[in-house]
Amino acid sequence: MNNAPLLRVRDLRKRFPAGGRSLFGAPRAWLDAVAGVSFDLERGESLGLVGESGCGKSTTARLLIGLITATSGSVQLDGAELIGLSRRGWMPHRRRMQMIFQDPYASLDPRQSVESILTEPLRIHRVGKPRSRRLRALELLDSVGLSAGHLARYPHEFSGGQRQRIGIARALALQPELILCDEPVSALDVSIQAQVLNLLRDLQEQHGFSYLFIAHDLAVVRHLCRRVAVMYLGRIVEIADRRELFETPQHPYTRALLSAIPVPDPAIERTRRRIVLSGDVPSPLAPPPGCAFHPRCPDEPRVPGNRCRREAPLLTPLDGTPRHSSACHLTTPAP
Amino acid sequence: MRFETHQGVVRAVDGISFALAPGEVLGVVGESGSGKSVTSLALMGLVPTPPGVVEASLLRVAGHDVLGLDARAMRRLRGKEIAMIFQDPMTSLNPLLTVERQLTEVLVQHEGLTRRAARVRAATALGEVGIPAPETRLDAYPHELSGGMRQRVMVAMALLLSPKVLIADEPTTALDVTIQAQILDLMKDLQRRRGTAIVLITHDLGVVAGMADRLQVMYAGRVVETGPVDEVFAHAMHPYTLGLLRSVPRLGGDPELRLEAIEGAPPDLAALPQGCAFAPRCPFVQPACRASTPALIPVLAGRTSACFETAGLLPRRAREERK
Repeated sequence: MNNAPLLRVRDLRKRFPAGGRSLFGAPRAWLDAVAGVSFDLERGESLGLVGESGCGKSTTARLLIGLITATSGSVQLDGAELIGLSRRGWMPHRRRMQMIFQDPYASLDPRQSVESILTEPLRIHRVGKPRSRRLRALELLDSVGLSAGHLARYPHEFSGGQRQRIGIARALALQPELILCDEPVSALDVSIQAQVLNLLRDLQEQHGFSYLFIAHDLAVVRHLCRRVAVMYLGRIVEIADRRELFETPQHPYTRALLSAIPVPDPAIERTRRRIVLSGDVPSPLAPPPGCAFHPRCPDEPRVPGNRCRREAPLLTPLDGTPRHSSACHLTTPAP
Repeated sequence: MRFETHQGVVRAVDGISFALAPGEVLGVVGESGSGKSVTSLALMGLVPTPPGVVEASLLRVAGHDVLGLDARAMRRLRGKEIAMIFQDPMTSLNPLLTVERQLTEVLVQHEGLTRRAARVRAATALGEVGIPAPETRLDAYPHELSGGMRQRVMVAMALLLSPKVLIADEPTTALDVTIQAQILDLMKDLQRRRGTAIVLITHDLGVVAGMADRLQVMYAGRVVETGPVDEVFAHAMHPYTLGLLRSVPRLGGDPELRLEAIEGAPPDLAALPQGCAFAPRCPFVQPACRASTPALIPVLAGRTSACFETAGLLPRRAREERK
């Protein structure tokens, strides 16, 4: 054992070519989907990654698991560098992290039986013999609340919630140390979401793996994650332990995001003051100069000298709270 | 309302009744398949027939009997008396037409305005829904606008002829939270200024909490509970409503506690169980629930519930008061 965190991400970047190509094949424009993301994820910890569409949270997860190739940066799993590895080089690491996808209809092959879906990771990684794989599949079904009778069935025979359970069972097959969840409950009906969230928590308690949990629903993230990072236009703007982030948010975007969520309580909804941001999320094709949030930021006028328009703030730990960082000129005054 | 399909008859909506007062916001909540969207399509006269069959003893919008109208009269009713905004603006805006054409079409056709006058009206409508530089936006195509802007265009289009009733079917589900807050504020503001009645269909309990005056909870094609939004949230009557409210994680709740999930899944509408459709998932189920379907009846002042468990409340309350 070493003291390295399970996952260490440093200045991770992904740039996509956009806007077609010129006569000589060079892309006309670049889109920085992930523009320098850094964080640590400890063993057994769950980190929530939140932000609005296009903020780069899903791209970050896909980079971590190697579904797409990073432009630059470093991702260390248990101290071993993953960026720059060949497909083959990935294989031994790949089984240590698994992903659960948003759409339980699209992420399961309709022509595969549940048994085939659940044993596929074992076959690919040459784990066990057919008989032991079948037993493992039964065990997995049981752990997600399905039964042996479901083994021979096909995805279309299941409801959305059951399919998501199958997706979760598949992710557990190789006993991973890290599970990346990309909006795992947002496609499910409200009454089913709670079942799946309870299951995800129970499984973590039993197996002790870590979650990187991507969601736009902050109440869901707060329920499952002890640590939360907020992303805006490809960058983390604030990261803190759950309590700190929800009770004393520092970044103006986090505050606006928290105040924009409708609360299922009419008395609170009617009386509370909401920070309604003006304008839309800017296009990542043409991010604003300086702090990407400045055109919508209600606090921008409080920073002297137009600093927000000129200089991008760095994600910096707040005074006296090393686990709470924010990327804002207001929270980290000029030296 | 039923759909006659090859797999049999699906009762998408089974005997629901409700009334909407002018300027009132009615929140309709329920899961997929609960019948909340089909109800609104029936009000709009948009249920495809066949396979759809709509039957009602009374279905009136602003005094007009929707079921008695021919296609032509229905078209006149839509837009003028009742309008609808959908979840995904991309499916209801024509991608081949500029924003101006989509907005002015109805003004030229129905109101007999000149193109010029219609353009001015359209620009005013865009300005009213908070679109900056509306004159220049008129020449844009839907794909050139952001999701929030498209939704604003759709709201502007729906309100063009000042309808008395606006049906909003998951109007903000496809939007990010900060944009959702803008659109909800906009709808609230328009409702206050113009007195438009709104039917707000959503699965998001937070959205109805902030917007609705009255709540209507649907399950498997039936209304299971209605009441003033504050009262339903504070004291839900029907076990399904109670389960729904308890199962959502809350920003103020204790994150260490387990969520109280409703077990099981919503039923298949083509194979509904006998009796109460919620009985197989209900923690308070009694033998009577599996035998017959409880009717939606008044349980307390201004509140109705379709449950044998709550059915006794009113007589019990009356007895207690008499003592």
